[in-house]
Amino acid sequence: MAEVSQFKLPDVGEGLTEAEIVAWKVKEGDTVKVNDVVVEIETAKSLVELPSPYAGVVDKLLVPEGATVPVGTPIIAVRTDADAADQPAAPGEPAGAGVVGGPSEDMVPAPQPREQGEDGGQQQVLVGYGPRASVSRRRARRTSADVTSGASSGTSDALTATFNAVDRSARVLAKPPVRKLAKDLGVDMTTVVPSGPDGTVTREDVQRVAAGGQPAETAVVTGAGWDGLPREERIPVRSVRKATAAAVVASAFTAPHVTEFVTIDATRTMRLIDRLRESREFGDVRLSPLAVLARAMCIAVRRTPVVNARWDEAAGEIVLQRYVNLGIAAATPRGLVVPNIKDADRLSLLDLAVAINELADKARQGTAPPSDMTGGTMSITNIGVFGVDTGTPILPPGEAAIMALGAVRRQPWVHKGKVRPRWVTTLGLSFDHRLVDGEQGSRFLSDVAAILNDPAQTLVWT
Amino acid sequence: MTVETGTPAAGDARPAGDDPELVQLLTPEGERRPNAEYDPLVADVTDDDVRGFYRDLVLARRIDTEAVALQRHGELGLWASLLGQEGAQVGSGRALRRQDHVFPTYREHGVAWCRGVEPGLLLGLFRGVDQGGWDPLEQNFHLYTIVVGAQTLHATGYAMGIQRDGAVGTGDPDRDTAVIAYFGDGASSQGDVNEAFIWAAVNNAPVVFFCQNNQWAISEPLERQTRVPLYRRAAGFGFPGVRVDGNDVLACLAVTRAALQRARDGEGPTLVEAYTYRMGAHTTTDDPTRYRLAADLEHWKLKDPIERVKAYLTRSGGADHQFFDAVDAEAERLADHLRTFCRELPDPAPTSIFDHVYVEPTPPLVEQRDELAAYLESFAAEEVRS
Repeated sequence: MAEVSQFKLPDVGEGLTEAEIVAWKVKEGDTVKVNDVVVEIETAKSLVELPSPYAGVVDKLLVPEGATVPVGTPIIAVRTDADAADQPAAPGEPAGAGVVGGPSEDMVPAPQPREQGEDGGQQQVLVGYGPRASVSRRRARRTSADVTSGASSGTSDALTATFNAVDRSARVLAKPPVRKLAKDLGVDMTTVVPSGPDGTVTREDVQRVAAGGQPAETAVVTGAGWDGLPREERIPVRSVRKATAAAVVASAFTAPHVTEFVTIDATRTMRLIDRLRESREFGDVRLSPLAVLARAMCIAVRRTPVVNARWDEAAGEIVLQRYVNLGIAAATPRGLVVPNIKDADRLSLLDLAVAINELADKARQGTAPPSDMTGGTMSITNIGVFGVDTGTPILPPGEAAIMALGAVRRQPWVHKGKVRPRWVTTLGLSFDHRLVDGEQGSRFLSDVAAILNDPAQTLVWT
Repeated sequence: MTVETGTPAAGDARPAGDDPELVQLLTPEGERRPNAEYDPLVADVTDDDVRGFYRDLVLARRIDTEAVALQRHGELGLWASLLGQEGAQVGSGRALRRQDHVFPTYREHGVAWCRGVEPGLLLGLFRGVDQGGWDPLEQNFHLYTIVVGAQTLHATGYAMGIQRDGAVGTGDPDRDTAVIAYFGDGASSQGDVNEAFIWAAVNNAPVVFFCQNNQWAISEPLERQTRVPLYRRAAGFGFPGVRVDGNDVLACLAVTRAALQRARDGEGPTLVEAYTYRMGAHTTTDDPTRYRLAADLEHWKLKDPIERVKAYLTRSGGADHQFFDAVDAEAERLADHLRTFCRELPDPAPTSIFDHVYVEPTPPLVEQRDELAAYLESFAAEEVRS
């Protein structure tokens, strides 16, 4: 029985995926020699004549003229057994175009075909067969790492989980071989706790999960989370959360942040607050260290105006602002908002305290007008109310400085040569290093610290 | 606007067909043209040698056409054809001495042949199974450089090394060494090539810059590369330049011999512009019918580098049909050999990528290699091929 070799459409142009069969130069029964032109094809790049890799008799043309087929498609079958090759072409039929040279030398023995038929034969990936041919079956892992995908299709939950996994896996940082390993092991990359540099998932991380060191999501997909609630709940990113995310990302990756800290003895400020609370003017106004800090910043900013300035990228200018619209970061049920007090520098401590309270109330109730949210020049975030000491706040976009006020608490402090319990707090100032140098930021921070340390300082500066 | 193109230097006035600047010893019709300057350089060439050149030319072309066919068979990812440039490559390649060093582009299949590199090994790079499968030190034929023009810097640096080894200008014909850098008209516009010219000139390096001006930088014609003949650029860098008929194997031999000897004698670099034509596509991926006229091709077909040698041998009685038939038969056997060689080129082991990075592998590299090996080991054995 004749041995039949199939010529598969090669990629003749570095990355082509398909070609059109323009014209066959041979027909079934024709004798062909190696390198006889058998067909003309047109690719996205050019018109190309394909020479036969085989000598023999054309058994079958597998693709009609005019058809466009993917690279790797068998296009012609040639009977390559010696008998067939020896059969002379039928009289009057030219043995294909481009017959040159002495026949005896051209009748080379057919090379051992490496391509087998499509049935069960091994798929030899030839270089010229382009990208498609390379997607052959995947070899099995020797270690039976089980963990196939949960076969619980059908339920909409499973579907959602699949979609979610796909969605999130796009954000996992890992090298391609690690992704491949995870895929092979059936590990969902999004469930792997990364330990590599820059938060990348490493090979070890994946293997740990695969070995059961850390549960893969697929393995426990049916389990419930706390209080019988679903293990994960997905909350759409909307309104305030969305705006916050956009704002902090824009700010964090636009303005180079520098944060400085100072820890101070705020005992005199606390005493002042106590005294003022007793006074008639303040009556029922809630006076807090926050209001004193706000006032202190409005005073100190006069000595270092650049911390209240604005970077105008488009104009290539720094805009000095001779007014303070003081933003107060407020935690509200809807998320973080930073409404600001217009012309805060013109307000007395009493008016400032009143304004802060009003602002916070309006923000919490969601009744703050949009104008309260725009036009801020510098801000305060009062993280002390959560009992923490300090932080590195991110600048509201467009502002050059933001002050974090830590918790004010009784702590041992060296006072007049002795360790005493004093009211101590930490101030953290983030500033935009594009326009505020360390010297200016430090001066502003230490000025504010000086006022809180001794409010009488304001008598010197105002 | 006028462009000062200069006048040919004294002694350059060699009438040669329609181009007075061109060194030509064999006309396209195969007639020997006398040349007072270059005749002595080929005085030793016998009919036997010319038959040898003819064989080189035919076999180089056959290697090339078979490689193109192998690409069309799907056996190679790509091939850069030398069709039409055989004369320049064989002529210059046969001018080399054993100790000389060659820095090729990716199209110097004919030079590789002259140096004795197994032609099948040229295919590995284009099949994607290696990065250049021959030992550059075996035949002093360095690996193909894909980066356009970069090899001219490698060649210049190597030539400066030869200077420092004292292997220049000693008068010992077996010791004095030259370097030849191949490049094309397109590369002449590259910064690397111009830097190489400067370094070679300033250091008087023993290097020959052999430019095969095949008129096309892929689809960009020569007139968009230069306003003066390329060989004249050398004057600006401070070394001689000469234009030779690149389709004349004998003239290429003579001119390259002179340039190489100049280099070996310590007289510095020379630019040789072998004026030829790329008869095929830039590579198998290119379709030249989209940007050039068939008439140009027909014009250059009449200047074929092989036909003129055949005509010369026939006219002089240096060879008969028997000889030509024998060469053709040998060419077919060579093509057969190439096909088999190509298909039998082994696929590289995945870890082989680590083997040639450093002479002595670094610890991180060893670690990576072992990691990859362990990873591959973790797969089940591939099913036995039927």
